[in-house]
Parts: sequence; C-alpha cells; structure tokens
Amino acid sequence: MTQVERQAWDVVVIGAGGAGLRAAIEAREAGMRCAVICKSLFGKAHTVMAEGGIAASMGNVNEGDNWQVHFRDTMRGGKFLNHWRMAELHAQEAPDRVWELETWGALFDRTPDGRISQRNFGGHEYPRLAHVGDRTGLELIRTLQQKIVSLQQEDHAETGDYEARLKVFQECTVTRIVKDAAGEKVAGVFGYERESGRFFAIEAPAVVLATGGIGKSFKVTSNSWEYTGDGHALALLAGAPLINMEFVQFHPTGMVWPPSVKGILVTESVRGDGGVLRNSEGKRFMFDYIPDVFKEKYAQSEDEGDRWYEDPDHNRRPPELLPRDEVARAINSEVKAGRGSPHGGVFLDVSTRMPAEVIKRRLPSMHHQFKELADVDITAEPMEVGPTCHYVMGGVDVDPDTAAASGVPGLFAAGEVAGGMHGSNRLGGNSLSDLLVFGRRAGLHAARYAQEAAASGTRPVPDDAQLDLAAAEALRPFSAEDGELPSAVSAGSAAEQPAGPAENPYTLHQELQQTMNDLVGIIRRAGEMEDALHRLAALRVRARRAGVEGHRQFNPGWHLAIDLRNMLLVSECVARAALERTESRGGHTRDDCPEMDREWRRVNLVCRLSDPSAGLAAPTDPGRGQIRLERRETPPIRPDLLNLFEKDELVKYLTDEELTQ
Amino acid sequence: MSAYEAHFRVWRGDVDGGGLRDFRVEVNEGEVVLDIVHRLQATQAPDLAVRWNCKAGKCGSCSAEINGQPRLLCMTRMSVFSRDETITLTPLRAFPVVRDLVTDVSFNYTKAREVPSFVPPEGLGPGEYRMQQEDVGRSQEFRKCIECFLCQDTCHVLRDFEQNKEAFAGPRFLMRVSELDMHPLDAAGEAGIDRKRAAQDEHGLGYCNITKCCTEVCPEGIKITDNALIPLKERAVDRKYDPLVWLGNKIRRREG
Amino acid sequence: MATGTDPQAATPSEREAATSGVRSPSRAAIPARHLRTDRWWLAPAVTAAGLFAFIVYSTWRAFAGDNYYAEPYVSPFYSPCVAQNCVPMKDGANWEIFGAWWGLSPALLILIFPLGFRLTCYYYRKAYYRGFWASPPACAVAEPRANYTGETRFPLILQNIHRYFFYFAVIVAGILTYDTVLAFRDEHGRWGHMGLGTLVLLANIALIWAYTLSCHSCRHIVGGRLKHFSRHPVRYRLWGWVSSLNARHMQLAWASLISVAVADFYVFLLASGAFDDPRFF
Repeated sequence: MTQVERQAWDVVVIGAGGAGLRAAIEAREAGMRCAVICKSLFGKAHTVMAEGGIAASMGNVNEGDNWQVHFRDTMRGGKFLNHWRMAELHAQEAPDRVWELETWGALFDRTPDGRISQRNFGGHEYPRLAHVGDRTGLELIRTLQQKIVSLQQEDHAETGDYEARLKVFQECTVTRIVKDAAGEKVAGVFGYERESGRFFAIEAPAVVLATGGIGKSFKVTSNSWEYTGDGHALALLAGAPLINMEFVQFHPTGMVWPPSVKGILVTESVRGDGGVLRNSEGKRFMFDYIPDVFKEKYAQSEDEGDRWYEDPDHNRRPPELLPRDEVARAINSEVKAGRGSPHGGVFLDVSTRMPAEVIKRRLPSMHHQFKELADVDITAEPMEVGPTCHYVMGGVDVDPDTAAASGVPGLFAAGEVAGGMHGSNRLGGNSLSDLLVFGRRAGLHAARYAQEAAASGTRPVPDDAQLDLAAAEALRPFSAEDGELPSAVSAGSAAEQPAGPAENPYTLHQELQQTMNDLVGIIRRAGEMEDALHRLAALRVRARRAGVEGHRQFNPGWHLAIDLRNMLLVSECVARAALERTESRGGHTRDDCPEMDREWRRVNLVCRLSDPSAGLAAPTDPGRGQIRLERRETPPIRPDLLNLFEKDELVKYLTDEELTQ
Repeated sequence: MSAYEAHFRVWRGDVDGGGLRDFRVEVNEGEVVLDIVHRLQATQAPDLAVRWNCKAGKCGSCSAEINGQPRLLCMTRMSVFSRDETITLTPLRAFPVVRDLVTDVSFNYTKAREVPSFVPPEGLGPGEYRMQQEDVGRSQEFRKCIECFLCQDTCHVLRDFEQNKEAFAGPRFLMRVSELDMHPLDAAGEAGIDRKRAAQDEHGLGYCNITKCCTEVCPEGIKITDNALIPLKERAVDRKYDPLVWLGNKIRRREG
Repeated sequence: MATGTDPQAATPSEREAATSGVRSPSRAAIPARHLRTDRWWLAPAVTAAGLFAFIVYSTWRAFAGDNYYAEPYVSPFYSPCVAQNCVPMKDGANWEIFGAWWGLSPALLILIFPLGFRLTCYYYRKAYYRGFWASPPACAVAEPRANYTGETRFPLILQNIHRYFFYFAVIVAGILTYDTVLAFRDEHGRWGHMGLGTLVLLANIALIWAYTLSCHSCRHIVGGRLKHFSRHPVRYRLWGWVSSLNARHMQLAWASLISVAVADFYVFLLASGAFDDPRFF
C-alpha cells in the first residue's frame, strides 16, 4: 500500500474560516484533541473578505430589536424555505457569539455609550450588524486565530508543546473522508500537503466540514480559489446528501471593471450607509423593482427613502436595501434593457450622498479598493457595479441542533458548506453569525461524539483499501499524459481507457466557469440548463485526462486538477436542482417560470451520489450523471414561530393547506 | 489602451538553487501583476508556484518582491510600469524559499505565539464590555493588519541578519504587543504580565532602529513606526530608562 | 545592477555578509544585494549631504566664538550664553555660570542640549542610520555588514534618553522665545520696533517650537501613555493636536534645522558688519 504519514486526533476540522476555527475552539475547550486542516495559510481564509458585519439582535442601536425580529427577517429573506429551527437557533444565539468575541480581544466599532455599534443592512428591520469599518471579516478571523493561539499558549504552559491539543495543518488539502472497513462511520481523512505534495492520513472519529462555498465554478465571482466546493463534494462522496443546491446567491454589487477584478465584492454597507443605485439615465431604478411581498416595508419615494437614514422610525427604508436577490435581478434587468453603465453594470453612487471624509472613514477598504484597482475615486465619482456569484445557500443536509450530516455518523458541517439555514437567499450579515453559531455547535457535538466513541471503545479505524484508492486518485493527473492510469484505479474501470490527449486543467476550469456563468447563472432557462448538463458531462470525460507537468512540490496545476473533481460534482448538483425547480425563489430565478409557487416551498431538493459504491474509484461512465435528485417535504414550521408573522404575510408563502393546519 | 507583450523575469527554483527565468507574456488593460502570473501558469508554466487567495488586497497571501520591492502581487497594477520595462519577480528574500515565489513564513507564526494573548478583565462578562470609540481607535488601526508579512520581509533586522530572528519579533508582532498594551480592557497587568518591559526584554524592541521600511511597505497604510513601535519604545522608557527609577533600583541593588 | 554602484565585497565583514542575510543558504538563490530599479540611493544621499552641510557650518560657527550678537539679536547658537567670555547682551539670557577658566566658545556649553535632542530624535535617527551608516541603505537593499545589534547595547541604547533631552529642549526653546521678544526693540533697547531680523527670529522660533512639540516623546507624554483617552478629554485633545504635528515631524526637523542656521547666519552678517538690518519701524 501507499506509504502515508498517519496521525490520530479526536476531532478533525476541515477549513480554517470562521466556522472551522469556532468549531475547533469549542472542540478543544470540550477537552478533545483537535486538528484543523486548511488549504491556505492560517488566518487567510475567505472569511476575511466579509466586509459588512455580523448580524446579531443585541439591540444596542435600536432597542426594538430582539431575536424574534431577526428570525422573521431571516425567514423573509430566505422566502420561508429556511429550516426554521436553524433560523431560530441562529437568531437566538448570535448575540452571545458576538459578545464572546469581545472577551477574546475583538474590537468592534462603538456606540456613544460604549457598546458595540450596529449598522443597517439589506433585509434587516433594525440596525443589527456589529462591524469594524468595512473589514469585519478580518476582525472575526483574527480574533478566532488569536483565541486559538491563546489556547495553544495554555497547552504550552501545561505540556511544553503548543500543539498538544490544537494543531493547524496549514496549506493542506483533504481529498477524501475515509470511513471504517464497513463503510459506515467516519474514521478520518486523507489529504496532501500542498507544499511538499506528501500524502497524509488523520484518524479521527469526528470530522467537521467547514470548507465554505462553491463560487469558483462560476466565472464572475467574489470568491477566492479556495471555493471549489471541497466540503460539498467530500460529503457527497462520503454518502451524505446536499440540499437546496439550486440556490446560489449573486451579490448585486461586484466590480465590473477592469476585467481582471470583475466580480470582486463591493460591500453592501455602501448602500446601508446611503449609497444609491442609478442607471445610465440617472434614475434610481430600484423604486420600480419592489416586489409585492415587500411593498409595505419599503419607501415609495426618494424623499421618504432619504429621510429614513435620519429617522428610521417614521419612514420606510429605500429599496436599495431590498434583499440581495431582488437587487441583483433588478440590476440585471436594467443592463439587459440597455440602461447599463459603459462596462455593463449600473452606477452605485456615494459621492453625492456623503462628504468625502465620511466616505473615507466609513468605507476605507472600498475607497482603497477602487483607487488601487480601478483608478476610481469613490468620493468624487460613482462606482460601476454588477452582480457577482457570492454565496451558495445549499449545502450538506444537517441536523439543526447538532450540525451532524444526515446519514453519515461522525460527519458534521457548519458555515457555508451546510445547507438549510438561509433557505433560498441569505441576508447580508447572517453569514458571519451563521459561522459562529453553527461553528460552535458543530465543534461541541463533534467533540461529544468523539468522546462517546472513545468512552465506548468504538473508535473507528480507517480502511486501508480506501486510503490506497484515495492516494491513487490523487496521483492520477501525473500519469494522464501517457494515457495510463495507476493500477488501483484502472482495475476498477478497465473498460474505459482515456482516449485523446492530456487536457490542461486551467483550460477545463475556464470552460467550466464559462458554462456555469452563462447557462446556470443569475437568470436560468430549462433549455440552457439541459445544455449545461451536457457540457458538464463532456467536461467530466475530459477532466479524467487532466494532466500536469512537474512534481508534487507546490504544484498549482496538480492542485487544480484535483479540485476539478469537486467543482464538477457541485456544478452538476446546482444544474440538476435548478432544472428541477420550476419556480423562481430567492437565489434561483427562472426566466421560464418567473413566479414564486407556494407549493414549491414545501419541497427541498436533495442531491446524492447516484452510485455511492463507485464513490472511491471514479464512476465507470463519466459521461453519465453522477448525481441523483430526490424531493423531500420541508419540515412544518413550529406554530409559535409562525405566530410571529401576520396572517396577511404568511398567505404569500404558505399553501392554504399549511395555513389551516 | 491595448494589449501588449511584457518582459518578465521570474525567479524559479527551490532551496537547492534556482535563478531568474525570462518570459514574454501578454498584458491587457487594468491588469495587476498577479493576473500576469496566472497567465504564465495557464499558458507557459503550469507548475509555477505562487500563493494567492482573495485577489483584492484583503488576505495578504500574495506577498512577493517586484523589481526588488516587497509588494502584494494583487495590488500592483501593470500600469505603473512602462511597456518596455523588464519586471522582475522574486520570492520574499527574508524567509527560506520553498519553491518559486513561495516562501516558508512559519517564522511569523512562531513569533505570534510568543506574544501573550489578550487577558480578559476579571468581573466583566460577555456583553458587559464598555469601551469608547476613542479608546479603541489606536488598537483598531493595528488590527487592520492583513498579515502579509511584507513588513517582516523588508525589516533589515530580519532580512539581513538571520541570527537576529531568534531575539527579534519583527514589526508585525511588536505592533501586536502595542495593540494589546493600548487595548482599553486588557488586564495583562493584573495577571502579572508587563507588556512594556517584555517588548524590550523578550521581543527585541531594541533591535528596531526605526528606519521606517515597515511603514513604507505596509499595503494597509498602517503607520507602524510612528503609531506602534515608537510609542512602544516610549512605554519601555517609562519602565526602564527613567533615570530616577533607574538610580533607585541601582542603589537598592547595591545595598541588597 | 541598475545602479552600477555595487562595490566588490572587500572587507572581511562584507565577505561574511555575502553568505548571510539575503544570501543565506536557505533563501532564494539570488546573488544581487537588491533588485531595485529605482533611484533608491538618492534619498539617503541627499539626507547625508544635508546633514553633513549643517555639521560643517555649525562646527565652524560653534567654535568661532564671535559675531553672534548684533543688538537686539542673538544667534540661537549662543543663547543662553553661560560663560564669562560671553559678549554682554542687554537683558539677554546671559549668565556667568562658567568663570574665566572657560576659554572656548560659549556656544559649546549650550549646543550639547539641542544637539542631544536632535541626535536622539526618532526622525534624525532614521535619517543618519540610513544616510551615514547604511543600516539599511534603503528598504530591501542589503546592509554591508554581517552583524547588527541595533539599539540594544551601549552606546546606542542611550537613544532611550531622548525624553530628557526633550525637557531640556523645551527650556532652550523658552529662552529662544525670550530672545525673540527682545528682538522687538531697536539697537538702543527701546521697545516697539521691528526689523528683518525680528522676522527671521520669529520664523525660527515658530519652527523650533513646532519641531519640539511634534516630537514623539512629547506625543507620548501629553497623552500617548494613557490607556483611556475618554477619561482625559483635555489630554486627548492635546494628543490629537500633537499627533497631527507629529505626522510632519520630518519636514519640521529639516525646516527648523535650516531656520536655525539661517538665523545664526543672519546675526553673523549683522555682527560682522557685512549687512545692515532693514528696520521696519
């Protein structure tokens, strides 16, 4: 068998963003030895990109806020497709998670009476986002990173070893969750060090997925290279289902110019602090796009919208602060109608709304970003913005209370990789709070699970055969050039030898991104999605021939070739689920089915690997789809939570049958 | 502006050796150096190693040296160079090289662990912290740090003297000491930690000769020298070089 | 190399430097000390030239011991004048602390303080470490030596006494302010007059104060040492004011250095009779 370095830990966390680090802290504090594995350096995770803030109903700025209001906003934003229990836990626990960060050294912006300041954001009824200028994600990741260092210092004082109970394996990629020989329980993970290319295996009864999202499958995205859907794919391959994969959030405001930065995020705080959207005719077009379900909640005139910034109690908010899906669609329509900006976006203007010093103080990173990357001074001229792929609402199907993945004992998921919490559309600011609330829960329950496994003496042992297959799979790109497969893999698929020349993984990736962007993007049509599925099938065949040069030491071509498997898997989930759902809701907009359908609210689409037995070797016929889709009824919302809403509002979302129950 | 072909020299190699390799590569309007590196990977050198992540100057991964100056690849626009200029890319030269543009920055993580963490105040629970904006402002500036380690790379104390790495934490982590010492609720003193004294005795503040290269390279524009290092030196002076205090200690020691 | 000025490694220290620092075996194998293509040597060269010019001028003037008083003006190099051999200055800061045994220029007795203040100043330290010691010559340009201890040992550890020179500098600035007030007299000691020399001294004292108060030690003392600004609103405001001056500490350091030399030279011109002070009223 392949020689791999093996270590044993109690809990393995994959991903070192907000959710992963929070999970690791909790697992370590619960007394378990915890290993964190991340693809980048420690502290570089995509969480640093979050700008606006952490939504938590602390009521520091408006005392009317409480968890029930936050819950309501979250459900509305997700068009009631959210798992109600997750939304409830999230709204209840978010304030504690934020306050806890302060005891670890976080320094949020303050209110005049010295409490944590909170800002307005799209879809939130009250100012709710704890923030630090427009770099809240950085503050979050740094605080968690420093808390981990602090725990390591405690361990060092006690044992003489910083990494005795909490270790970060940075620049490592996990390619497989490994189970026990019976194929039932999680037994550990298999991966490689990016720096050296060496393989390793970590034995652990509990694995927490906290890998973030899938944005790198799309061409225009605010996501970094890490967002290749690793956790989604690892869960699928381990036998866990994904839900709600059709819901991909396109953030309404990404940069559109110059081309090399297309997609980079322009924070929603720009609008929360007074920025307005205009088309090429200078019109604030958002007033034309307020959907019926939100009519009563938003200003009907520019004057009222402007007054709201000063007097939010007696005016309604401007429609620039509608949930992200609404704004993104509106921008898309304006551009299609020929009223876009020179580079295919619309104008987002703060320069005429605030004095230059205020802009520089409140939006320092945006000022810097536009100055440095686009040579635009946002204090003097408008920005050009357009939709960019930002977040996937779908993810691993988990138990709301424990974050345990359904059907795979020992597997947990938290953060963007977990599905259900945000329904069909996530509100800004709910992501960071999601990471903290469910990161903690995942860490806690993974630790308990590991503890029980240790106490009962049933710690699962990784299956050697699975480790061998995982190693062979990871090595395949090096032998693709000459058309030969490592024996372990070709034995399982002898009938199908790669035909044709080796493929450049970069080219394949670009084609994949183009396909998803054009055919399963912000506005979808049945024919295009069918086309996308065909193209994905063709790409899958070619991806088997993805070959790389050089050796295993820090070889980005090889890393990409391995990540392609994950991107192809999740792309297929997105395309299949999107084709199936014949309505428009939240982050899923169908040109051919433009209405929201109350019947569809009762349905979650569940993706599973179509041939789990072929999970480790590649499927015998790569041209055939790898994903099987099921419909599942959503759990009924608890009555006391339903009572938080007016009947008039519920009839827009729930079926008559549900309402009479 | 139209596309043109630029001349790049990129250091390729590993710890066993290497050298500058020449490339001619297409450049389009609005591109940054990282875009060119990606084009090299996609078309000419698929195994060219480079670290990067957010591509928006927020994560601090793509630190390297461009024409000998420590910079972020993603925040250096091609338009700052003339078209006939040869652009030289090398890895950070203060740290051990791993491969191509990637260096081993573990030194920084080691130093991070040597700074005692924030000590929460006794008797204040979560949600009870009250701090004024003017009191958190100074530390907030330092918390803008994206840990790109360009300051550590350019600091001559570390860059030019391998032997000083043991004793000297570098600007990034002296700034961390400063940040904690200025945190309005840090209770290190109550816990018996003297951050001011430790800055000099344990983190090597005395090695800093305030030549400000760290401030010059900081992509976040943090005034590291003026706002973190010099105030820290002054705080150490409070502790150690007040002549009256010094004289008092001296006399007491004689007697003892 | 773009600059073409790289010296061959010659001294033992430089030979050692060739295998340490950026050329240590673990680092990327690049033989060049630096790869900068800009004129990085310009800033340290200009700094060194400027400082050197001032040193030459001030040495000459400090040792000269004459032509420093032209009623009602006194050169800032010679005030306060604390030796018996001082030229008598009407109502001036003119005390015979040092008796007749002191035969050297009286400037030497008092220049130690402003010299010490500027020598230990955080800006000048940067300037002469870079300009004279090449430590470092410029950012990311390798130092031409193999060992470095910075300000950890004697004598450079004495840089830490900057604060006490600051206290003296405040006293000296106070005396120079007094001198400037005296300059509102005519050559017979009658008040309410002004000449070009008054303006020169006024500009000089304004710059001296701005430089002195913009000092990093001053910034620390007035408020920087506090943990809670919110509990000391006055000191917080002062700190903010000093901080904004402090941001221009380098410019003020040069401006006041030049103004001191100009003021001294102006008095020299008057005292030596080379020039007559234009009187305004």
